[in-house]
Amino acid sequence: MAMIDEPLYPIAVLIDELKNEDIQLRLNSIRRLSTIARALGEERTRKELIPFLGENNDDDDEVLLAMAEELGVFIPYVGGVEHANVLLPPLETLCTVEETCVRDKAVESLCRIGAQMREQDLVEYFIPLVKRLAAGEWFTARVSSCGLFQIAYPSAPEALKTELRAIYSQLCQDDMPMVRRSAATNLGKFAATVEAPHLKVDIMSMFDDLTQDDQDSVRLLAVEGCAALGKLLEPQDCVAHILPVIVNFSQDKSWRVRYMVANQLYELCEAVGPEPTRSDLVPAYVRLLRDNEAEVRIAAAGKVTKFCRILNPELAIQHILPCVKELSTDSSQHVRSALASVIMGMAPVLGKDPTIEQLLPIFLSLLKDEFPDVRLNIISKLDQVNQVIGIDLLSQSLLPAIVELAEDRHWRVRLAIIEYIPLLASQLGVAFFDDKLGALCMQWLKDKVYSIRDAAANNVKRLAEEFGPDWAMQHIVPQVLDMINNPHYLYRMTILHAISLLAPVMGSDITCSKLLPVVINASKDRVPNIKFNVAKVLQSVIPIVDQSVVEKTIRPCLVELTEDPDVDVRFFATQALESSNQVMMC
Amino acid sequence: MHGGDEVVAAPSRPPEPLDWKFSQVFGERTAGEEVQEVDIISAIEFDKTGDHLATGDRGGRVVLFERTDAKDHGVSRRDLEIMDYPISRHPEFRYKTEFQSHEPEFDYLKSLEIEEKINKIRWCQTANSALFLLSTNDKTIKFWKVQEKKVKKISDMNLDPSKAVGSGSVASSSSSSSPKPCLVNGSSFDGSYNNLSNNFFPPGGLPSLRLPAVVTSQETNLVARCRRVYGHAHDYHINSISNNSDGETFISADDLRINLWNLEISSQSFNIVDVKPADMEDLTEVITSAEFHPTHCNMLAYSSSKGSIRLIDLRQSALCDSHTKLFEEPEAPGSRSFFTEIIASISDVKFSKEGRYILSRDYMTLKLWDINMDSGPVATFQVHEYLRPKLCDLYENDSIFDKFECCLSGDGFRVATGSYSNIFRVFGCAPGSTESTTLEASKNPMRRQVQTPTRPSRPLSSITRVVRRGSDTPGVDANGNAFDFTTKLLHLAWHPTENLIACAAANSLYMYYA
Repeated sequence: MAMIDEPLYPIAVLIDELKNEDIQLRLNSIRRLSTIARALGEERTRKELIPFLGENNDDDDEVLLAMAEELGVFIPYVGGVEHANVLLPPLETLCTVEETCVRDKAVESLCRIGAQMREQDLVEYFIPLVKRLAAGEWFTARVSSCGLFQIAYPSAPEALKTELRAIYSQLCQDDMPMVRRSAATNLGKFAATVEAPHLKVDIMSMFDDLTQDDQDSVRLLAVEGCAALGKLLEPQDCVAHILPVIVNFSQDKSWRVRYMVANQLYELCEAVGPEPTRSDLVPAYVRLLRDNEAEVRIAAAGKVTKFCRILNPELAIQHILPCVKELSTDSSQHVRSALASVIMGMAPVLGKDPTIEQLLPIFLSLLKDEFPDVRLNIISKLDQVNQVIGIDLLSQSLLPAIVELAEDRHWRVRLAIIEYIPLLASQLGVAFFDDKLGALCMQWLKDKVYSIRDAAANNVKRLAEEFGPDWAMQHIVPQVLDMINNPHYLYRMTILHAISLLAPVMGSDITCSKLLPVVINASKDRVPNIKFNVAKVLQSVIPIVDQSVVEKTIRPCLVELTEDPDVDVRFFATQALESSNQVMMC
Repeated sequence: MHGGDEVVAAPSRPPEPLDWKFSQVFGERTAGEEVQEVDIISAIEFDKTGDHLATGDRGGRVVLFERTDAKDHGVSRRDLEIMDYPISRHPEFRYKTEFQSHEPEFDYLKSLEIEEKINKIRWCQTANSALFLLSTNDKTIKFWKVQEKKVKKISDMNLDPSKAVGSGSVASSSSSSSPKPCLVNGSSFDGSYNNLSNNFFPPGGLPSLRLPAVVTSQETNLVARCRRVYGHAHDYHINSISNNSDGETFISADDLRINLWNLEISSQSFNIVDVKPADMEDLTEVITSAEFHPTHCNMLAYSSSKGSIRLIDLRQSALCDSHTKLFEEPEAPGSRSFFTEIIASISDVKFSKEGRYILSRDYMTLKLWDINMDSGPVATFQVHEYLRPKLCDLYENDSIFDKFECCLSGDGFRVATGSYSNIFRVFGCAPGSTESTTLEASKNPMRRQVQTPTRPSRPLSSITRVVRRGSDTPGVDANGNAFDFTTKLLHLAWHPTENLIACAAANSLYMYYA
C-alpha cells in the first residue's frame, strides 16, 4: 500500500473510485476527471490516465456517457492543442458502443476536439480515425463516422477529399438503415464544408440516393436536409435540384414523409426565391393542406401563418385562404385546433379589409367550435387580431364563447380560460369587462375544483394589477370580501388566499381599512384550518402595512392564536409572530 | 415486390424430403419427474443470424443459447484428424445465460394479477458483442441488453482497499479535523478540492498518486441489463411484438389494438390499429397475432379470431383501421358447425424470409398465402385431421383454444407446426412437394412416425398449386395410444439458415436437424 500525504487523501480516493464497484462512485470520479488530471500532471495524464480510460470501455453506459462528455473538454489537461490527438483513441472506442446516447456524445466531443486540432494533426490522426470508423464492422461505428466528416473534410488534401466524398457516398448506400439515417441527418453539415463544384455533383447524387430510399425513416430525414442543402446552393441550382425533390416528396406515398414536408416547406421558399415559390411550392402546400391524412393537415395547418408571411397578400388570399376556410370545418378536431392556434397571426399579414371580409367569418365559426381547444386557441391569440381590426367586431361572438368555456365541465378547460382572462381584460377594456366577465371571475372563486379556485384567486390579483386599485376597490374587493361568509370552510380559505394576493397590489391603506378587518375576523373561525391560514396571511401582510398596525392589530390577534387548542394553529401563529419580531428589529 | 424467387423459382423437381434426426435437448425430464408450471417454455425465437436462440418461460425467465459448431475455431485440423470421426455438421447450441425478465405484478386499479409469463421474444439488431432482445408478458415489454464483460481485478490502489469503503469513511478515519467527514461520495470533499485550488497541484503532477492497476482475466461474465420498459400502453393482453426492418421501431399487439413504438422511446407509443367497437357488446373479432413485413418498413400483417389476415400499409394513414388487403378463405358451403368459428381462429402468422408469403395457423390447418393473391391460400396442410371427430371433447376441456405457433424454413421450402402428444409436423410447400413428416419431441423423434403409404395420386388441384395433404394420417398414433391433450407442442422455431427446428415440450427444449 502506498503512503499518501494527508491533504492528498481526497484525490487519492477519487482516483481509486474510478474502479469502485458502486456505479455512483465511479460516475462521481469520472465527473471529476479534470481534477484527477491536474493532480497527475499533463504528462502522466497523457501517458497513463488517457490509456487507462481507453481500456475502460465496457463500463456501464452512464459512466461511458460521462466519460465521453468529459473528454470533449480535456485538451487543457493533456498539455494543449499539440497533444489533442491522444484524446482520440478512447473516444474512437466510445463511438462504437451500442448505446446511442454514448455514441452521440463521443461524436460531439470528437467534433469539439477536432475543431481545435492543428491541421497536420487532423490529417495524421483525425482523418484516419474517420476512415476506420466508416469501414467499421459494426453499424455503430459507421453511424458515428457520418457525424465526423464535417470536421475532417476541410483540412484534408485534395486526394483525401475525393476519398472522403466517396466514403460518404458509400455510407449513404449502407445496408443498415441506421447508417443511412445517420448519413441523411449529417448530409447538410457535411455539404456545408464541401466545395461548390462537388456540392453540385457528388453531394447532390448522394442526396438523390437518400431521397429514393426504400425506408421511410431515411426519406424523412432526407426531407430535413432539403432546406439545409437548398440554402447552400445557388438559387438556380436549388430550383433545378431541390425543388423537384421537394415537390415529389410532397406527393410521397408515405404520409410521414408528407408530414415532414408540411413542416419544412416554408423554409424552402426563401431558398428558391419568389417565382418558383409561386409556381411550385404554393401548389404543393395547397395539396398538403388538403391531404387526406389528418396528421399531414395538422402539420400544414400549423404552418399556415409562417407560410403566408413569405408570400405576398394576394397569393395568400387567392390560394391559401380558400384552404383555410375548408380547414376551419375540417372533420378532425386536431386540424381545427392547429389552425386556430395560428390563424389569428394571419390578420397582420393580410391587412385590415381582407381580415374583416375573409378571416372574421372563420374566427367566428372557430369560436363556436364544439371542441374547447379550438375556441381556447382562438382566444389565446386575440391580441394579434385586435391590432388589425379592433376587438369590437369579435366581441359579440366572444362573450358566449368565453362564458361557455368558463362553465365547461372539464376543469382543465376552465383553468385554461382563466389564464387568458387578464389578456382578454386588457384587450376588451374595462367597460366590457365590468358588464360581462366580472361575475364569472367571482363564480370561479366558488368552483368545486381546487385548482380553479386557486387560479381564480390569482386571476383576481392580476385583474387588480391590470385595472388598478381604484377599479378593484369598486369591482372586485367588495364581492370577494362578501364571500368570506360562505358556509363552507374551503371557500373561505380561497378568499383568505385571494386577500393575501390582493394586499400587495392594493397597498397599505386599503389593506388596513378593508382587508385586514376581514382577516382578523376570520381568526375567530371555528375551523382550525382557517385559523392557521389567517396566521399565514397575517405574516404575509406584515411587510405591507404600517408598524403601528402590526402592533395594534396583527400582533394581538397572533398572540391570541398562539394559545389556540390546535397545534397547527399555534405553530403558524408562532411562526408569524417570530417574523413580525424580525421586521421590528430591522 | 421482390422476393418472388422464393418458391416460384424453385427447382423443377421438389426438394427431397428431409430426414430428421435428434440433435439436442435442454431441460429433459427424467421419468416420473413432475413439471413445474413456471418451467414450461412459452416462447422460442432464433436471432437473425441463427447464432443465438432465446426461450422464455411461464416463470418470466429468458434463457439464451448460443451456437457452438460455427464458433469453435480453437480445435485445429490436426486435432480433428487425430480424433478421427466426422465433424458434426449440424448446428449445435449450448446454454449461454439466463435472466429474470418479468416478475408477477398486481394491477391495483383493475384488481388484476399480471402474470410473469413471457408471451413473445424478439431479437433486435446486434451491435458489438452485446445482444439485444425484446421480451413481453401480458402487459409490459422490456428491452434487454446482454453483454459479455471481462472479469477485471483491481489492484494497487492508492489507499488500503480494506479501509477505502467509501470516500467519506476514509476521510473521516484519516482526519478527525475534517469538519463534515461522513458524507459518502463527493459532497464532503467538494470543499477540500476548493481548498486545494488550482495552483495546489504542481505543474508536473503529484508523483505519489497512481491509477488503479487493472488485471483483465480471460474470464467473462454475462450481464443482462434491462435498458427500457415499455409499459402502460395495453388495456388487453399483448399477444405479439414484432420489429420493423428500419431497426428503430417495433409494434406490440393486444386483443384489440396495435401500437407502434420507437425502440429508444419508452414513454410514448402510437396506436395504429384499433378494432375496439364503440360498444363492447358488438365485439365479434379480436386480433390474435401481428407481424411486420421482413423488408418493407410500411407493411404489417395481423390475424384475427375469425380466420382472416389483414395486410396494412402504414404509409396510407396514421391510423390504419382500413386494411390494404384481406386474406380470407370462403367458407365451404354446408360444412358449418358449432365449431367452425372457433377452429377458424388464427393463432399465429409468420412472413417468409423474403416477405412474399404469409404462413398462418388455425386450429386444424396450416395455410400458406401469397401476398399477391387474396382469393385463397396457395396451400393448405391438415395438421391433425383425425381430431375433427373429437372437437367436442377438445371444446369441453378447452384444448380447442390452444394457440399453436408455426414457422417457415429459411429457404421457404418447408413449414412446420405443433400438435398434441408432443408431436410436430413438417410439410414441404415447394410446388410438387409431397413431403409430410410427423415427429415427436423426444430423443427418438421417429418413434411415432407413421409409415406413410406410397404417395397417393395427387389431386388435380395441384395445377392451381393448392395442395392438401396430411389427411391420410390415421386417427390414432402408430402405437394405437389415445392422444394426450395435456402434452401439446405449442412453440417451435426454424433456424433462419439451416434445417434445424427447436421446439418446446413442456419444460424441455428439443432440437432436430436434417
